[in-house]
Amino acid sequence: MSLAMELQKNGQAETFGEDVRTEGIGASTPDQKGGNDRQGGNRARGLLRIRGGRLGIIEILALAALALAVLAAFWPTLLTGVDPLTGDPVNRLLPPSLDHIFGTDHLGRDVFSRTVHGSAQTLSASLAAVAIGVISGVVIGLIAGFFTGVLDAIFMRIVDVLQAIPGLLLSMAVITALGFGTINVALAVGVAAIPSFARLTRAEVIRWRSAEFVRAARADGLSTLSVLARHILPQVRGPIGALVALEFGSAVLAVSALSFLGFGAPPPQPEWGLLVSEGRDFLAAAWWMTTFPGLVVAAVVLAANRISHVVNSEKEFR
Amino acid sequence: MSLRYLASRLTQGIIVLWIAFTLSFFLLYLLPGDPVITMLGAGGELQNFDPAEVERLRSEFNLDQPLPVQYLLALVAVLRLDFGTSIQTGTPVTEAIASSLPSTIGLAAVALVIALVTGAAIAIGATLTRRPWLRDALAALPGLGVALPTFWVGLMLLQVFSFRFPIFPAIGTGTPTAVILPAVTLAIPLSAIIAQILFRALQNAWIQPYVTTYTASGYSRLRLLLRQALPVAVLPALTMSGVLFGQVLAGSVVVENVFSRQGLGRLAQTAVTGQDIPLVQGIVLFAAAVFVLVNLATDLIYPVLDPRLKAATRNVPADATRTDHEGVRA
Repeated sequence: MSLAMELQKNGQAETFGEDVRTEGIGASTPDQKGGNDRQGGNRARGLLRIRGGRLGIIEILALAALALAVLAAFWPTLLTGVDPLTGDPVNRLLPPSLDHIFGTDHLGRDVFSRTVHGSAQTLSASLAAVAIGVISGVVIGLIAGFFTGVLDAIFMRIVDVLQAIPGLLLSMAVITALGFGTINVALAVGVAAIPSFARLTRAEVIRWRSAEFVRAARADGLSTLSVLARHILPQVRGPIGALVALEFGSAVLAVSALSFLGFGAPPPQPEWGLLVSEGRDFLAAAWWMTTFPGLVVAAVVLAANRISHVVNSEKEFR
Repeated sequence: MSLRYLASRLTQGIIVLWIAFTLSFFLLYLLPGDPVITMLGAGGELQNFDPAEVERLRSEFNLDQPLPVQYLLALVAVLRLDFGTSIQTGTPVTEAIASSLPSTIGLAAVALVIALVTGAAIAIGATLTRRPWLRDALAALPGLGVALPTFWVGLMLLQVFSFRFPIFPAIGTGTPTAVILPAVTLAIPLSAIIAQILFRALQNAWIQPYVTTYTASGYSRLRLLLRQALPVAVLPALTMSGVLFGQVLAGSVVVENVFSRQGLGRLAQTAVTGQDIPLVQGIVLFAAAVFVLVNLATDLIYPVLDPRLKAATRNVPADATRTDHEGVRA
């Protein structure tokens, strides 16, 4: 599920902290990393990626696509006046035209309207999933990274396990326990997003744990909680921001895949994955039924990944 | 390779599997209601259940026992590779998984070959080309590959290559060509990962001093890449094999659904649809075991391929085996 995440993590090991697999090949243990940073202090300033930091035409397009998606989610009636649920049997399976830019489906419903109205469900489920992943992942990462020892070992083994099970299968197991529906899909995708946030947070905490300002704060007598909240958390915020955008893209993919498989909202609802799945039986007769909703999913995911890349490059300018 | 290294990696793998079992046990059997009702309900709507049937299932899953006993009984069963029987079909879970495996392995093998070839071609092409636009275009492909929804890609391929131009069969496993479209669908995200890792690793290898030396001695770029840089660049890609296998398993759920194939992914989907708890748990544990085994294999192969690590796992001081390729993986 979080393919994009693996890619980005691999490509930007310096910014995303430790490697994909900490237990790896014994080359770099987290403690060694921490030690290096103690000497290094300001990290990797020579590696500014100026190209990624600029807002080019692609970034503007990406922002526009996301803005459009948000608009569709919150104010769908601004984009289309057609009802997504009522069909018009006379206008069944009409190819795209000026009246129906995405065509109509087998019940004569406007595919564009269904896609626009579907964004609310798919995007809110994806947002909820990312929120679950961020909150649980950051809390686990903060605790594991800051306290080390037994707590670290326990939390990280659990994260190992969550990572050992492919994201989609993990989500499907959660759905088996909780039942079908959009909310449960969001929860399931959120659980699968926890490991990446936990690992990133832990790596960043270890990076800053022994920094001078943190030691000074502790020497000043600040409580552990205040040190974590006021001094460590702000350092973690930047990298997490980039990962949030990336994971949002992955979550959109996962949510629509699960709804395509039939684990999401029941049929009359216009969820994006469900729209694609409804078009399956009409592949030969009505290509537009599957093509357009899928393109919208791909566009949103691409846009989110692009924004993540920009955020990730920007934070290196600090 | 020292035995201690092997033992410690093995222990870690076993711990991961034990936690996977424990988590899945608590998730599936203890949340959020009565699993027997869940299984009988298989869809959610409440009906009247035969109390005798409920009792029978309850004792079959040891749910009438206290919690620690339930857990221990399940753990002992799993240690004997007994994952129970499928609620829907009554066949043992291990048998159901084993019989669905060959089809998925066949699909995965073809997909991996396609992914390796395209992924390597993209990475090598992007490294070798002297045209900036071509390099940028090739380097952008992996990002595109991971953003496309797999289920949609499959349907698009079907639409074009089965319906518009009837080259490949739309469904089933009857003819040898039937595996092509599903394998390509499965290969797209895989090749994206491979291309990305390999491209980064090649770029990294490309700026090493020994490359300059070879270039100065008159090596051609292609020969230098294939003979010197590629073997070094393959190493970091190896560490991703666990993730790749996970992707294959997850991808097979979607791909087997789209192309109406039998296999592990299809089994997983029907298990979840029917809330067949023993089967779901069996598949999840199987996936975790595959991941652990692949990573273990990677860890064991890695030192063989990388002399410096071989030295490290033997606990020999690194200086003793330092070669002139020092810094190759920096």
